[in-house]
Amino acid sequence: MDTALVGDLRAALAPDRVRVGALELDLYARDAGAISGHAEVVCFPLTAEEVQAAVRVARAHGRPFVPRGSGTGLAGGAVPVGDPVVIVTTKMTRVLSIDEDERMAWVEPGVLNLDLTRAVAHLGLHYAPDPSSQQSCSVGGNVATNSGGPHCLLYGVTSAHVLAIEVCLPDGSLALLGGLDAEPFGYDLRGAFVGSEGTMGIATRIAVRLTPDPPAVRTLLLDFTSVEDAAATVSAIIAAGHVPAALEMMDAEITRAVEDFVHAGFPRDAAAVLLVEVDGLPAGTDAAAQEVGEIGRAHGARTVRVAADEAERALLWKGRKSAFGAIARIAPNYYLHDAVVPRTRLVEVMRAVYEIAARHELMMMNVFHAGDGNLHPLIVFDRRTPGVMERVMAAGDAIITACVEAGGVLSGEHGIGLEKRDLMPLLFSAADLDAQARLRDVFDPDGVSNPTKVLPAGSRCGDLQRVPEGVWI
Amino acid sequence: MDLTAFAEAVGTEGPVTAVGGRTQWDVGGAVAPGTREVRAPEGILEYEPGEMTVRCGAATTVREVDEVVGAHGQLVALPDEAGATVGGVLAVGRSGVRRLGYGPARDVLLEARYVSAEGTLVKAGGPTVKNVSGFDLCRLLVGSLGTIGLLGEVRLRCRPRPARSQWFAGEVDPFALHRELYRPTSILWDGSTTWVLLEGHPVDVDDQARLARLAPVDGPPAVPAEGRRSLRPSELRALTGAFVAEIGVGIVHLPHPVDPPAPAAPDLHRRIKAAFDPTGRLNPGRQA
Repeated sequence: MDTALVGDLRAALAPDRVRVGALELDLYARDAGAISGHAEVVCFPLTAEEVQAAVRVARAHGRPFVPRGSGTGLAGGAVPVGDPVVIVTTKMTRVLSIDEDERMAWVEPGVLNLDLTRAVAHLGLHYAPDPSSQQSCSVGGNVATNSGGPHCLLYGVTSAHVLAIEVCLPDGSLALLGGLDAEPFGYDLRGAFVGSEGTMGIATRIAVRLTPDPPAVRTLLLDFTSVEDAAATVSAIIAAGHVPAALEMMDAEITRAVEDFVHAGFPRDAAAVLLVEVDGLPAGTDAAAQEVGEIGRAHGARTVRVAADEAERALLWKGRKSAFGAIARIAPNYYLHDAVVPRTRLVEVMRAVYEIAARHELMMMNVFHAGDGNLHPLIVFDRRTPGVMERVMAAGDAIITACVEAGGVLSGEHGIGLEKRDLMPLLFSAADLDAQARLRDVFDPDGVSNPTKVLPAGSRCGDLQRVPEGVWI
Repeated sequence: MDLTAFAEAVGTEGPVTAVGGRTQWDVGGAVAPGTREVRAPEGILEYEPGEMTVRCGAATTVREVDEVVGAHGQLVALPDEAGATVGGVLAVGRSGVRRLGYGPARDVLLEARYVSAEGTLVKAGGPTVKNVSGFDLCRLLVGSLGTIGLLGEVRLRCRPRPARSQWFAGEVDPFALHRELYRPTSILWDGSTTWVLLEGHPVDVDDQARLARLAPVDGPPAVPAEGRRSLRPSELRALTGAFVAEIGVGIVHLPHPVDPPAPAAPDLHRRIKAAFDPTGRLNPGRQA
């Protein structure tokens, strides 16, 4: 233990909010994914000033720091590398202000996604990005990974719902990125920071946009005897000019697991089910629900169930959002992937994904955001089986490669982190990576904020020249 | 012209600017005298209606893109003015008067291929709406006035064209309307008259108009183009004089020029420019 470092952190924060216990260091050595690191010390600031103090102490001791929210990410973005100071924002949980007139709120980064929506529900407003982990993931973490969720199909991902961010930069200073006015002047630094996975500093305060609750909502469950029919229905719905609020798919294995867990009345013998939600004004919503049902039937849906009331709607969504709890009953471990493919290639990519699982003799389930092509292939296994991890990792690489070959991207909502860092050259050339490295270096010239994440080693093309005197910039 | 030829035209030396339709040419200040003008490739390269994305050369006009996707019941939420190019509109980054419903211009750009100050082709972003693969250079490019890279090719997000789209007007409180109406596409106000664009199912459009005591009109008012201010939505209440304001958004259109404000984080701005254009050759004289 670095006693001088810990002592300075305790002096700057408070003794009980700077932790070095073995259990805690172990807990904060990983996120929800498979990769582990090592934290030198974990601290829990309460204010922006304490975040600044923690960053400055880390720097003074020559340590990098790793920002961390609730740790629900899968890509290793919050895994501590280089014996860093882990700065956890989960105790910064105040909703600082709510402006009903402007439909926005200032929140601290540790506010949980669902708590934010609860805090504004009495005003008929909600926070639109709704990751499946919304009960436990934080708004700060959502900003770091530009999170999505089922309803971002219509409403857009986190970046579209963040107006401004107060950031503790890696030099310990505070900067305001973006603004509350319509067109903040200058480069969109806010946009550059969202999705930067903790490599450009720590968000200390976030101004979020709030969305009015829709007057009408219809939630439909369609079940199919083949995955292909379900996927074709997804494309047909979009091609018919509908962008549902959400359009989710679950395959046979996960549907059974969920039904046994939640008892929502999901058909246990379906090859795939689609959960479709349309919302808006009453006439448009009714018409869209009607048409979605007809498109489904035309593509072989056996049944089209429309939630009769809010309780039934909540039950259907509970099934979807507790999918990952349900699989714990099947096998002790799972490896969840996150990749995006063009919607029109869904059928072939899903077929390829099942073949990859079969080839590696692994059990695979799929529950995902079909509407925007965001696949979440889920490999379930028992870590104690000899040699299984090698097969899991090999299958994972094959899945991601198949997605990229189909014109997709590496991640839809969990980011690159460590897990996919070395796959970045599948998508980006040396020049592309160099441009991203320059952006990162603008915010963090010394590479101390969440080092080694996102960009593979060697992304920088060379030293930058200085700007000549008198250049207009 | 293809992308490679565009990159060669940009080259590696000397001040250079990309010209679109010159519809917003004065934004950000005049380009330094002697700056070489280049033009990006034009034309639709790929359009798959089921993906709701369209890929085109940056010098393609917004109107052409809108016509092509419009034939499939879709639209691209960028402001259109005769001759305006997609690349120009994105480089300037200003949204149109439908922003309340469709969001800002920066959310339209999914993927870009641009030419860097070193004359290299660089790809930013990705082809899908949902994408967290690396840092979001697209957001940085929109509104950068070509000062960190020159757009060559872009992939844009499309949206479904609504079944009905109708402007209404009346002498009503626009702020109350913003509270009462569910997601109108636009609310404009000149201090006395309020114009509202309602879109969607025809029954909903009529119901909302009735609720708001509005009468149908041919279109929005003439919006002054000489000046543009960016305010918080609540600050619009205090406006006086001649203006057209975008309620719920905060943009004010004025019949006279206004001085641009200063960026909020000047040091980061300087460093971005220095990192992406170390010799200052991209659009010299322009202030993003």
